[in-house]
Amino acid sequence: MAENSGGVHCLKYGLTLHNVLRVRGFTAGGEAVAFGAEAPDAPGLDLLPLIVGSEGMLAIVTEVTVKLTPKPQLARCIMASFADIESAGAAVAEVIARGIIPAGLELMDRPMVAAAEDYVKAGYDLQAAAILLCESDGTPEEVAEEIGRMTAVLRGVGATRIEVSRDEAQRQKFWSGRKNAFPASGRMSPDYMCMDSTIPRKRLAEMLRAIEVMQDKYALRCVNVFHAGDGNLHPLILFDANDPGELRRCELFGADILETSVRLGGTVSGEHGVGVEKLNSMCVQFSPAEREQFFAVKRAFDPAGLLNPGKVIPSLQRCAEYGKMHVHRGMLPFPNLPRY
Amino acid sequence: MDGGDPVLGRLKDRIASARAARRALDIRGGGTKAFYGELPCGEPLPLGELAGISSYEPSELVVTVRAGTLLADLEAALAEKGQCLAFEPPRFAAQGTVGGMVAAGLAGPARASVGAMRDFLLGATLLTGRGELLCFGGQVMKNVAGYDVARLLAGSWGILGVICEVSLKVLPRPAATATLRLERDEGAALALLSDLAAKPLPLNASAWHGGMLTLRLCGAQAAVRAASSALGGIALPPETAACWWSDVRDQRHEFFAIGESELAGGECLWRLSVPATAARIDLPGRQFIEWGGGLRWWRTRADAAQLRAAAAEARGHATLVRGADKSAGAFTPVAEPLLGIHRRLKDAFDPDRILNPGRLYPGL
Repeated sequence: MAENSGGVHCLKYGLTLHNVLRVRGFTAGGEAVAFGAEAPDAPGLDLLPLIVGSEGMLAIVTEVTVKLTPKPQLARCIMASFADIESAGAAVAEVIARGIIPAGLELMDRPMVAAAEDYVKAGYDLQAAAILLCESDGTPEEVAEEIGRMTAVLRGVGATRIEVSRDEAQRQKFWSGRKNAFPASGRMSPDYMCMDSTIPRKRLAEMLRAIEVMQDKYALRCVNVFHAGDGNLHPLILFDANDPGELRRCELFGADILETSVRLGGTVSGEHGVGVEKLNSMCVQFSPAEREQFFAVKRAFDPAGLLNPGKVIPSLQRCAEYGKMHVHRGMLPFPNLPRY
Repeated sequence: MDGGDPVLGRLKDRIASARAARRALDIRGGGTKAFYGELPCGEPLPLGELAGISSYEPSELVVTVRAGTLLADLEAALAEKGQCLAFEPPRFAAQGTVGGMVAAGLAGPARASVGAMRDFLLGATLLTGRGELLCFGGQVMKNVAGYDVARLLAGSWGILGVICEVSLKVLPRPAATATLRLERDEGAALALLSDLAAKPLPLNASAWHGGMLTLRLCGAQAAVRAASSALGGIALPPETAACWWSDVRDQRHEFFAIGESELAGGECLWRLSVPATAARIDLPGRQFIEWGGGLRWWRTRADAAQLRAAAAEARGHATLVRGADKSAGAFTPVAEPLLGIHRRLKDAFDPDRILNPGRLYPGL
């Protein structure tokens, strides 16, 4: 609720916000309060979207009422391989352009596929530059129709291998690699940092190419999983936290991904929030006037600034400092000065 | 959106001079919702010049459009690519605009299955009461960078800022649609709707009026066909069904047509938003139910206190949509601590209270 998160199904079923009817809790002043309603709407301004995803900055939430969705009768998944990232990206756009909203549309790049396969033996295609998992759910008739349409689209954009889950066990197997992407990465490296940003779907290949270049620039490896249907990327940067140089390079790598996302028309956080980690990147995405408006919204809910102070919105001073420190084209200003 | 745009420049100048003179501005789109909510007041601030689709990428499922664009023009552009605004915003008349659609935050028959207007709002550019051009949200589906100010604008009736441009999520039009009509009394209809809500059916809209329950199914061909035969009832011819749902959406259905003489005689149109599972609401007058039971429209001469009490008892709220006497307030008032938050938000966006003052609540 605090991060308005959404997993592999949110393209079809919406984000947390779309499935929350009401939250109850307390204002910073200690008064009981409810946002939203069990009814379709509540009187007055619709404050629920401000609360959902607000990272505990606006109120203390103690109870959430969610909408439940009947479980689909059936789900089937297509696993499609692509010889290059560009055609995988084109496949994502083409599925959507043909009027199909899959129940899940996930992409993994080659290093991620290799790591996942090594860990769970999901039967992934190790020759592919990227694989897509494309799911349909609903009534058996609906699923049959949609799987047929999706398979045709994926073939049409040049999938090199297509496999459709025969039964639930095989569907789970297809997903097992994707759902174990994080622990699989953990086996490859002492530490990893999971990034989270969103870009327009059509920039997906461009983004992955940019990350390839960054791997050389920061001398760190990065594996990629994408909620491709939503344009939400989760690059996992592999590093060793015991090496201060690697930690620092990892942080710069992460910030570079976030700022590239903004440049490509996206945002610095899709669902993991800003917290303190992404405060600097918020300076890049929002103007001083917009950040000041965020502070004003915060004060409307929490005039004394008691809740999670210092998170989410960077101060003017911090952004000014970051502006001076800003890494431009990989070059720190005054590179000869020692930094700790 | 470019701050150097001459149309935006003129709007900024109007805000600056209104602010200096402490004069209220009445933000105007097509004027099709002037009857809704509290009375507009102030100097008109027309947004007609701020029109046009800024970008539209069908494969991204996103359209970015300026506030003064006619809703009809936007819907036509989407239809050309086989897409739509899935929440079916009501069009009370042909000249309704996108800005008005967002400011009113209303949705049509599909609301219960696809979501509200705000659920489709991805980003917005607004001019605050200080004349600052600010941009929140964006053109992507998932975005938690900062507070979701864009969605706060849906249903804000222009009291927080002049909505200049919005990015909306669009969806493909369903591959197949079918409308079924079943004879049911109110109790049986509500029971059936509750039952259907728990089933994985492609139910897109529902309406009950005068002993008839009308259901619309949308989705894949096969799913609609299978659900139609499971539900039974009489299938309406596609043309008839499309007209009927449009009439409900745009309130041209006979139920919603209250004449001047009926208004003068004290008859009102009330919108009761309640949990879909709320029991039958008993009031004098006629009723029209939508959204699986979550929306209960009443045409009645009963007074505001009676309507608000009935809505509160059902754990919902009542809006006086059409009526000659709005002295009890068009919208159900909010109490502390929400009222304080409303006041402080108004101060945060429009400190001099020049933008649509009183349009949502007196004093805001």
